[in-house]
Parts: sequence; C-alpha cells; structure tokens
Amino acid sequence: MTTIDLRGVCCPINFVKAKLALEELTTGDVVEILLDDGEPVKNVPRSLKGEGHKLLGLKETAEGHYLLTVEKGEE
Amino acid sequence: MTIDLNNLKAGGFIKERGKDLFTVRLRVPGGRMAIPRLKKIAEVAEKYGGEFVHLSVRQSIELININFKHFAAVVEELGEASQKVASCGARVRVPVACGGCEYNPNGLVDTQKSALEVDQKLFGAPTGHHKFKVAFAGCPFDCPKSATNDVGFQGAVVPKLDPAACIRCGLCAKNCTPGAIIMGEGSKPLLDPHPCIWCGDCVKVCPTGAWEAKRTGYNVRIGGKWGRNPTVGTLFATLLPQEDVVEFITRVLAWYKDKAEGLGRIRLGDIIIKEGPQPLLEYLREKFPASVVAETIPPQIIDNQIGARR
Ligand code: SF4
Ligand code: SF4
Ligand code: SF4
Repeated sequence: MTTIDLRGVCCPINFVKAKLALEELTTGDVVEILLDDGEPVKNVPRSLKGEGHKLLGLKETAEGHYLLTVEKGEE
Repeated sequence: MTIDLNNLKAGGFIKERGKDLFTVRLRVPGGRMAIPRLKKIAEVAEKYGGEFVHLSVRQSIELININFKHFAAVVEELGEASQKVASCGARVRVPVACGGCEYNPNGLVDTQKSALEVDQKLFGAPTGHHKFKVAFAGCPFDCPKSATNDVGFQGAVVPKLDPAACIRCGLCAKNCTPGAIIMGEGSKPLLDPHPCIWCGDCVKVCPTGAWEAKRTGYNVRIGGKWGRNPTVGTLFATLLPQEDVVEFITRVLAWYKDKAEGLGRIRLGDIIIKEGPQPLLEYLREKFPASVVAETIPPQIIDNQIGARR
C-alpha cells in the first residue's frame, strides 16, 4: 500500500498534498497517510471526507504519529 | 438649498470632527456584501467622500468625510444598488454574523439567513432606552463573540451515535477536542455528555455517519455588552430552532421595554442584573418551553477596576 508521509507538514498544506497525491490514483484505491498529532490529525481527515474520499481507519504509531487509511472516492 | 432631514432620523449619519462633515454608516447585515453593491459604494465614496472608507468593527462600511449637503444624493445613489444606511441610537442595530454553514467548514447553522431575517424584520426598531445588538455565530468557536451582545446566538449540534453504523476507527475520539468521546471496550466510542460543547466535529469527521445530529439550533446568551462597565451575556436558551429567532428577539425586546419603563437610557443586561434572570426566563419560557433553560445566572460583570459601578 502507498504511504503518503505528511509528518512535519502543517495545515492546510498537508491536506493539499494529500489531495494532489490522491488525484494520481484511481477510485477505490486505498492509501495510508501519515499525519502529525494535533491539528493535522483533526483537520485532514475531515477535509478529505468533505472531498468525497472514504475514511477507513486511524491508528496511532509507536512514535505518536497517526496513520489514516483512505479509499479514493469518485472523481 | 433644502436638506431632507428625514434621512437623519433613523441614524447612521455620525458627526465628525471637521466642519460640516459626517460619517455615513452603511447597513451590511451579517457582513455580506454583494459585489455590485461594493462597486456602487466605491463610486459614491469616491464622488462624495474622503480618500478612504472605514470597515467598522460591526461589519459595516463607513463612508468618511461626507458633507451634509450631499446626504440626499448619497442616499439616492447608494439606493440604486439597494444599499441602505445603518442606524444608531436607541434602536435595534444591524445584526452581525460570521459566514455560518454555507462555506465555513465549522458552521452548523445558516447564520447569514438569520442575520438577514432579523435585519429585514427588526432593524431600526426603537427600543425606547438604549442600543440593542444582535449577533450570530455558526459554532462554539463563536468568532462573533455572541455573549458580548444584548442577544447573541451561537450554532450548536447535539450528537447521537448509531452504534450499528460504527466501524470503530477512532476518528471521532481523536477529533473531539474537549475529550467527551473515549474509545471504550472493543474500540466502541463512548460519549460523556458533560464536557461536550455541541460542536458537531464528531458528526463531521465520522466516515460512516454513525454520529448524527440529534438536535440543531442556537444557544442563546442574553445581556452582554462591551465598552464602559462590560458584562458578558449568560445562557437563556439552548438549541432554539432557527425559525424562532425573530420571535425570540421580539419577546426579549418586549420584556426589555416593559421593565426599563421610566429608567431612561439603560441596557438590557443592567435590567436583568436589577431584576434577576428569573423573570425574563419565565417570560421566555411561556413561548419557547422546549428551548429555555431551567435556570441561569445574571449577566456577568467584568470588573475592569476603573470606574466603579453605581
Ligand atoms: S463561529 Fe464557527 S462557523 Fe462562525 S466563523 Fe467562527 S469557526 Fe466559522
Ligand atoms: S459534539 Fe464536539 S464536543 Fe461533543 S462529542 Fe462531538 S466532537 Fe466532542
Ligand atoms: S468516527 Fe464514526 S465510525 Fe469511527 S469510531 Fe467514531 S463513530 Fe465509529
């Protein structure tokens, strides 16, 4: 599975990067997005949902980051 | 030359320092300005005003350095783009509002619609006593500072969980800033209603719609004011339906006028402090039993330590 590493990237650049990365994929593809704790893990999932992507899960990593699993929605 | 002083009656023309010069405060409910109106305002300001306009703290555009000889022309030319002049004095002022739910991702209610409705139905109504300010905030972030108004509305959503739709992803718990949601046994979200601020973030992030809005409406704070001897308005109603806003304010105004009788220039909050919050609560409850809270506290005095209250 592709992982989009957005650690250290602040809002809303992280969302824009995630959006651009998802644009390269096909509907139904599943990716993981690595996010910082705090604002990023709150804002990015909600914004991606608003763009029509499907959020599948969220896991905290051992280092305290968050791994969001997303399925690319309809174009 | 004849000057139509009727223009001055409702206010909105404010004397400046310079001879013959006035500021003309425009009516911009909710801060929304259609672009053709903005162009017209620029045109009129350039023709009759000074070198700049001023954006007031309550979302108005103010034309600066207008000579009183030009009032009629200014009013008429602004009228070509349906731009009206605002009010001042002891009246219901132009309501302020944030962008609300239309394009702001945090917005829970249509604050713009409410502000327009209040502007159409209540703007300029004389209170007989003092100014009367109304504001609409779209969510608990409360950027318009609802509690600093005579009546302030703040959008709210009470969340409800449908456990069958939950995929146990934990996004809601992570998004709930006040920590009202914890992931319980088997990664099931559990809501503790006490710290919940009704922000709706859980509803917005939940990928499956397991969290939904059980009730949506305005939390209403009454009796706030800023400036000399400030007070913070307190909670009189929760989840007031949007369609009840005008009637609610009308009822507050009726109570205010009645209780302030003979007391002169006094703000609503000071009347509530004088009477205690209970009479107003009871009066509002008769009409809005589902929204008015069981009890509340009087508007809270901010003691800025200069100028003792009498
Ligand atoms: S009060 Fe809420 S909806 Fe309104 S501008 Fe602030 S964050 Fe946005
Ligand atoms: S409405 Fe806001 S405060 Fe309440 S549970 Fe949902 S996210 Fe938490
Ligand atoms: S965000 Fe929705 S699906 Fe995920 S744990 Fe919370 S209620 Fe369940």
